Amino acid sequence: MSAKINFIIDGQQCQSEEGKFLVDAAKDNGVYIPTLCNYEGLKPKGSCRICTVKINGRFTTACTSPVHDGMNIENNTAELNEMRKQIIELLFVSGNHFCPACEKSGDCELQALAYRYKMMAPRFPFAFPQKEIDASHPKIIKEQNRCILCKRCIRGIKDEDGKSYFAYQYRGKDSLVVVDRKLAAEMTMEKAQEAMDICPVGSIIVREKGWEIPIGERKYDNAPIGSDIENK
Amino acid sequence: MKTSISDIIDRYGNDPSRLMDILLDIQEEIGYIPEEINQKIADQLGISKAELVETISFYHFFSNKPLGKYHVYLNNSVTAEMMGREKVKQTFEEEAGIKFGNVSGDGLIGLYDTSCIGMCDQEPAAIINGVIFKDLTPFRIKEMVKYMRQGMPVNEMCRQNYGDGNNSSDLVQAVVSNNIRLKGTVVWDQYSPGEGLQKAIAMKPAEVIEEIKKSNLRGRGGAGFPTGLKWEFCTKAMETERYIFCNADEGEPGTFKDRVILTELPRLVFEGMAIAAYAVGAKSGVLYIRYEYKYLRKHLENALEELRKENLLGKDIAGRKGFDFDIRIQYGAGAYVCGEESALIESAEGKRGEPRDRPPFPVDKGYKEKPTIVNNVETLAKVTKIMKKGSEWFLSLGTKESAGTKLMSISGDCRYPGVYEIEWGHSIYDILEMVGAEEVQAVQVGGPSGTLIGPNQLPRHLGYEDLGTGGALIIFHESRDLLKEVVMNYTEFFIEESCGSCSTCRNIPVLLKDKLQKILDGHGVVQDIDDLLDWSKPLKISRCGLGHTAANPIVTSIQNFRHLYEKRVLRDREFETGFNLADSVRESCEAAGRPANI
Ligand SMILES: Cc1cc2nc3c(=O)[nH]c(=O)nc-3n(C[C@H](O)[C@H](O)[C@H](O)COP(=O)(O)O)c2cc1C
Ligand code: SF4
Ligand code: SF4
Ligand code: FES
Repeated sequence: MSAKINFIIDGQQCQSEEGKFLVDAAKDNGVYIPTLCNYEGLKPKGSCRICTVKINGRFTTACTSPVHDGMNIENNTAELNEMRKQIIELLFVSGNHFCPACEKSGDCELQALAYRYKMMAPRFPFAFPQKEIDASHPKIIKEQNRCILCKRCIRGIKDEDGKSYFAYQYRGKDSLVVVDRKLAAEMTMEKAQEAMDICPVGSIIVREKGWEIPIGERKYDNAPIGSDIENK
Repeated sequence: MKTSISDIIDRYGNDPSRLMDILLDIQEEIGYIPEEINQKIADQLGISKAELVETISFYHFFSNKPLGKYHVYLNNSVTAEMMGREKVKQTFEEEAGIKFGNVSGDGLIGLYDTSCIGMCDQEPAAIINGVIFKDLTPFRIKEMVKYMRQGMPVNEMCRQNYGDGNNSSDLVQAVVSNNIRLKGTVVWDQYSPGEGLQKAIAMKPAEVIEEIKKSNLRGRGGAGFPTGLKWEFCTKAMETERYIFCNADEGEPGTFKDRVILTELPRLVFEGMAIAAYAVGAKSGVLYIRYEYKYLRKHLENALEELRKENLLGKDIAGRKGFDFDIRIQYGAGAYVCGEESALIESAEGKRGEPRDRPPFPVDKGYKEKPTIVNNVETLAKVTKIMKKGSEWFLSLGTKESAGTKLMSISGDCRYPGVYEIEWGHSIYDILEMVGAEEVQAVQVGGPSGTLIGPNQLPRHLGYEDLGTGGALIIFHESRDLLKEVVMNYTEFFIEESCGSCSTCRNIPVLLKDKLQKILDGHGVVQDIDDLLDWSKPLKISRCGLGHTAANPIVTSIQNFRHLYEKRVLRDREFETGFNLADSVRESCEAAGRPANI
């Protein structure tokens, strides 16, 4: 993992260590590749597909692909950006995202990406699905209307035996991320906060607490998503 | 209860990676998997209940509610519809007094839809309490529901002769037909067990791989990857603990040839697995087979037992010191995506059948993170024959680019549906003549994930260089309504079978279906046809082949039958139902002095 290798992103010469995941390698070189399901320190899962780039002409997710010497990567192209925008639109229309009323507004990665990719009205019809809010746990609320099924919580929030608090249910369009009742009953406040922070959107909310930072002063209100990498 | 739940879990050493077997056994024992016992199962396996439910809720055939004393799974594939499924379904509903998706009030009958069960040449067909019933008609349904009310055991309800070949054997006893219409020279010629394997072990493992490479054998499961090369990759992996998987998931609607091979020649396939094991140094193998073929279980177990007795499996195989290899059978529980090789491995490890990100490929990190070869049933059957007769012989069949033969599963509007083993290189036109099909409007090559072609493409030929295929061919007569009967059904199939992991594959097919419905309902405009094509694009960046091909029915039918769409949309109307934002705000943007580039 230590040998330096060379690769190219959109014509720009880049350097990294062999085998590093492409999103991270790109970041080291000041190139932003958008991500949603990826989260630092977690095993990548490749489920949102938004980080898709072309490596040597083939579509691949940058969060799951190790970088190798001589790779030629397309990232910031019209074709890819259009598909990324479509994915953001898909995630908006397939849930119920009413940003002004959401505790995560301004900290939400989906919202921030929608701004970055200039989403106005989605081209797809809104599905307005019937989803339930699961408020039956002592520390957290699971807001199903906002879940984008990225599986970060499933991968990241575990108890000391390695058991997951969150789990994926059903399949396809019926997919749902649910909370384990028994584990959630013993969830600590720190775990609850960790879960809320790991969620890219407002689908995991810590109870009895909110609006500590006013809208307008939150993470992506201060600096657009990706700008920290690009302006380094 | 005869066996306790904890005994069942014990039977598999409390190992969560055997969860599929555990759940299959529990469902067999109780008839369903009651929610009340989930916590108990989870605790004994040391996983959270939510994690357990991840797996249970993924598979179509696992249920947390009683399914009905008689549970009917009626196939809803295109060919079933073509052969009169609607009437059969209606009769079931009338006679049982319930709609599909429900159990009768007395708990006697449960009615369910199910994706293709691998019987497209004998539809409409259903699985009732694990037993296959085929050629169903309203008359038969009335009779059967009457028997159910009398409490007759399902196997006594069969009013047909058992099928041909091993379908009638004591261990199978199924009414299923093989319908072998053309016995080709590779799979179906004279087979004497052990000959291929004997030849293989007389060579060095690397020479076996070389021979398979020379034969130009490519995977028969659909993707057509060179088999010898796959084996070679596996030997290059650092880890020396390796696995051989045989893919008998056969979920692509319209495909049923693997069922026929496993019915008639299971040993030919297992021998192929042993040859692969010898070539790459694997000690264990798994036959992953779809739940729908549960009726073959005893027959397959018996074939394995015979091979063990003849020392063609087990220890020091065929007298060769240190060559140990054995095979276990892993049943699935209803999920098309489990045919994708990495999903298949996940499922065999007791998890949801979600495809993995690649790299790493299974040949590097597969089952239990060890190098694993996954090959199709037909591929492995051919391996055995190639070892016996040599790569030269195999190369002499087929075309220059595509060596050997292909088993075709042919169904739909033709006189002789069934399995044909033909050399690569035949035109679709030849095949239609062969199977007795006339006035053909369209042919679906390769099942829903393949291509819908029209009469002007009949000269195209089968082969990796032109039309490569896993072997399904479904024929549609001029009288069929392609968009309504075919394209819609296939699109619904992909919606039903998506694992749900990718944002694209989980959502886009649903949007496409709604749009197609709008066109079918007569409300579409020209823009809708273009939208279908545009909206399909991000599917290409999904994780696996299911997502990549989920729009193929729509896209290939627009390519080859655009007139059918145009006939249905409102051509005389100017308006578009869509709303062009950039156009609408152009004026105000100009006033504000910025481009309307939204
Ligand atoms: C959604 C999906 C379903 C598949 N189903 C099957 C199947 O049922 N049987 C099969 O052999 N291959 C299936 N495949 C292909 C396998 O992933 C894999 O390529 C194949 O088993 C390799 O064997 P082969 O090289 O011998 O063909 C499927 C692929 C995808 C993407
Ligand atoms: S709850 Fe949040 S972190 Fe978990 S899957 Fe849904 S969006 Fe992702
Ligand atoms: S493409 Fe579809 S089936 Fe394949 S991994 Fe993605 S969601 Fe699952
Ligand atoms: S960030 Fe790579 S697929 Fe989601």
